[in-house]
Amino acid sequence: MKMLLESLLLALILSNLVLLGSTRVRNYVKVIALQGFILGLLTLLLHLGALSIHTLLLSGGSILLKSLVFPWLLIRAIREADVHASVEPFVGYNASLIIGVLLLPFCFWLASRLPAQLMPTMASSLPIALFTMASGLFLIVARKKALTQVVGYLVLENGIYVSALALVGEIPWIVELGVLLDIFVAVFVMGIALYQINREFDHIYTDQLSSLKG
Amino acid sequence: MNYLAFSAPLSALVLAPFLQSVINRTKATLAGRQGQPLLQPYHDLWKLLRKGAVYSSVTTVIFRLGPTVSLATGIMALFLLPLGGFPAPLAFAGDFLLLAYLLGLGRFFTVLAALDTGSSFEGMGASREVLFSSLAEPALLLALATLCRLTDASSLSAMLAGVNQDLWLGTLPALLIVICTLGVVLLAENCRIPVDDPTTHLELTMIHEVMVLDHSGPDLAFNNYGATLKLWVFSAILAGLVMPLWQALGLPPWLAFGAGMLTVAIAIGVTESVMARLRMDRVPKLLLSASLLATLALFLQQR
Repeated sequence: MKMLLESLLLALILSNLVLLGSTRVRNYVKVIALQGFILGLLTLLLHLGALSIHTLLLSGGSILLKSLVFPWLLIRAIREADVHASVEPFVGYNASLIIGVLLLPFCFWLASRLPAQLMPTMASSLPIALFTMASGLFLIVARKKALTQVVGYLVLENGIYVSALALVGEIPWIVELGVLLDIFVAVFVMGIALYQINREFDHIYTDQLSSLKG
Repeated sequence: MNYLAFSAPLSALVLAPFLQSVINRTKATLAGRQGQPLLQPYHDLWKLLRKGAVYSSVTTVIFRLGPTVSLATGIMALFLLPLGGFPAPLAFAGDFLLLAYLLGLGRFFTVLAALDTGSSFEGMGASREVLFSSLAEPALLLALATLCRLTDASSLSAMLAGVNQDLWLGTLPALLIVICTLGVVLLAENCRIPVDDPTTHLELTMIHEVMVLDHSGPDLAFNNYGATLKLWVFSAILAGLVMPLWQALGLPPWLAFGAGMLTVAIAIGVTESVMARLRMDRVPKLLLSASLLATLALFLQQR
């Protein structure tokens, strides 16, 4: 049980590092799908003692949404907006990887400083949640394309979800449903926005959006 | 004097070329070929040993020293390496550092010999070899340091003896990371496919093979045999790590080690068959990722 939990958390760390180091947009989508699956398993594992129809539906729904629907929406956005395969970073891949591995000890330090009441079963997951959020933010800042910002946003949300598991344990399912609906709409809208940006300017480079005035 | 202790290095000296032929046979089977006979590496070594060596008039004594030193360091490394249930003849605290730097010394002399020929191709190969091995070295040392932490031991014999089924069950994630890292280091250090193609004969893309172009006869045999021993050293460490899985099936330690060796050799063969060579500028990223993975494992273990 404990080892399974640790393996899942390690898989989460590794998937973040893969995101930081990968050069292809398609890899991003695959990793996002994988992360959704890991989170679903994590939820299921936490409630293994008292499995109810709610938790089953919730983790099943979140796996379905995060590892099937979102990747499908993203792939559609990639196809429609004709996104070129490479990611085009501001910060190079190797540098991103090194920064990622340096972020991890920082997140552990930060988590140890937080005066938070942790769930005993999930105490080890708070630093990893922080790390996931940090890598999501880093992806948003350090990559050029608008699509990678959608990915960064999703990773950020995954991090917030894990930290909620660590801090609260059981999230009321109505809240959880609301959050899932919100991200669904967000990804949907961002996909459309991406398409519109591409049609208007022939590219989706966010660094050039600010120089479009007048 | 305990003569049994020498069984580990002696069997390594005899069996090392066989490991090579298991890899070759795996690759051939996967490609649908019959493959060369299993004893072919021995025949090749014997053929080379009977020939005379040709030395260019511009080379110095360093060129002649290169193959000998790389073979000698390879043999010395074997004496630090435990083999299955048999402990190594030499074991002391921190001997894994000696192992890493013995292999480094051998490589240093191979590189010097390559530079000594004055050939531009060999200089190119030497520069690549040094670049890639300098990136692989942190990965190797960090992985071994992680192993050190996992088993609370400081010599290679004690470390590999400490890897048992309890350790596999208790620290599976860290152990898997160590195995991955050592696997990447093995592929890089022994010029295996994602990094270098051992069978290629195009000077522009070769790394290790281009450095030994000017060696002939016994010198080439020494070089090839030294490379085989190096492959054996890395495979034996990995085999020691996967051994508990075979022991769980009820095999005695020496047989489990043999099965582990075969597992590693077949894994190398399969990797080489299913992967294409990485573009030269992608290799540093692979090695960097391996180092970072090992750092991650060490950090998570240290906590």
